[in-house]
Amino acid sequence: MSNSIVHYASITKKITMSIIGLFLAIFLLIHLSINLLLLSSDGGKSFAAAADFMGTNIFIQIFEKVLFLAFILHILLGIFLWWYNQSARPIKYVKPNVSTTSSGSKFMIHTGVIVFIFLILHFLNFYLVKIGVVNVPEGAASQHDFYTMAQMLFGNVFYSVVYIISFIALGIHLNHAIQSGFQSLGLEHSKYTNFIKGLSTVYAILIVIGFSIIPIYFLIAA
Amino acid sequence: MDLTLKIWRQANAQAKGKMVDYKVSNISPDSSFFEMLDILNQQIIEKGDDPVAFDHDCREGICGTCSLYINGRPHGPESGITTCQLHMRRFKDGDTIFVEPWRAKAFPIIKDLIVNRGAFDEIIQAGGYVSIGTGGTPDANAIPIPKYDSDKAMDAAACIGCGACVATCKNASAMLFVAAKVSQFAYLPQGKVEAKRRVQAMVAKMDELGFGNCSNTYACEQECPKEISVSNIAKMNREFLSAKLCGQTQE
Ligand code: FES
Repeated sequence: MSNSIVHYASITKKITMSIIGLFLAIFLLIHLSINLLLLSSDGGKSFAAAADFMGTNIFIQIFEKVLFLAFILHILLGIFLWWYNQSARPIKYVKPNVSTTSSGSKFMIHTGVIVFIFLILHFLNFYLVKIGVVNVPEGAASQHDFYTMAQMLFGNVFYSVVYIISFIALGIHLNHAIQSGFQSLGLEHSKYTNFIKGLSTVYAILIVIGFSIIPIYFLIAA
Repeated sequence: MDLTLKIWRQANAQAKGKMVDYKVSNISPDSSFFEMLDILNQQIIEKGDDPVAFDHDCREGICGTCSLYINGRPHGPESGITTCQLHMRRFKDGDTIFVEPWRAKAFPIIKDLIVNRGAFDEIIQAGGYVSIGTGGTPDANAIPIPKYDSDKAMDAAACIGCGACVATCKNASAMLFVAAKVSQFAYLPQGKVEAKRRVQAMVAKMDELGFGNCSNTYACEQECPKEISVSNIAKMNREFLSAKLCGQTQE
């Protein structure tokens, strides 16, 4: 088996993976900034306005399709690379490797799978409701009443715990991913190595805390 | 020192191998790991059995021939050295030591702990050279080279091609090796002429030989006996990207 998904060089795949990954990372920040509006004490008005804008603006609609494609590509390429890399060492060592590695780098596929499972859940709860494939949950005014839907979901301790665990997995994923993306794109210089690693960690922590305080807030409120 | 050794034994490339237990005693902490293996082999030979085959040549850390995966690390527990530079004082009396060959699809086992690293030669043959007639020895300062660039090129050129990077990489990727070989030329004016063709040809060969893809775990840098930096991999990624975007096409 040659190392090619339709004959692309390993570095081409690596660069593709990092461009998509960094794009998704920027999207996460946008998503987080909107989600944080759930915490404002106006009963969800500002959140509803933001959600309405996201749901109707034509540019956002196009962005949504690109985003969807990016997720699919990132997941498929990730699974392919993982599978291919496994096959590059058909016989494993008896004594497992103990070399120090970039933290989280050994668990990209595992954390990725956790996030993927969460994404499916997220789709069932929001996106498919929005496009009318899944029925509007009882209590929500319409398929666009995301505030009530979020309130109901986060009121459930089990859901909130799953949500937080998923974001911790995503944080571990991101901590490696961001600096790795820079490295893959060749954006590296000894002057900035520590800064980029730090940025990666700070970003990962920001995402974990930022997203996790929302269910915690709703749990306390409930 | 008395030690228990668990060593991978495999009669030939086709045979099925397994870990075999051996005991050695009265080993001096000042002896090298290879001297300890020599003592073991002497014991095995005296019993009329086949000694453990392992690669070694210079035994002073310069040729890159030695290649043992010891207790879960290529070249053993000490960083920045080759197996031949490892001494028994790094172990404790009574220790159990696992000794395995490099594991990668691209490095098939020849016998016991010896693997075929011909794949690295093939990568070099694909472009790891400068194909210009240099004539007589040129004046050292005829082409001024910035200190930074010459240092970087020299650091990359320290690679001895032992394969520890592949052995430790969870993906069995050869990126650090190829990156070192690409960088040592790409930093220098003589190498720049063919840089775009070189990086594409060497990466294509690396892919063809079945090495895994780099996922930036950086275990290679930790285990490299010559401490080649992963910044060479970023350099190669830049070289590759610019070659693909605006380089000549590969002949
Ligand atoms: S035998 Fe030459 S480097 Fe170890």
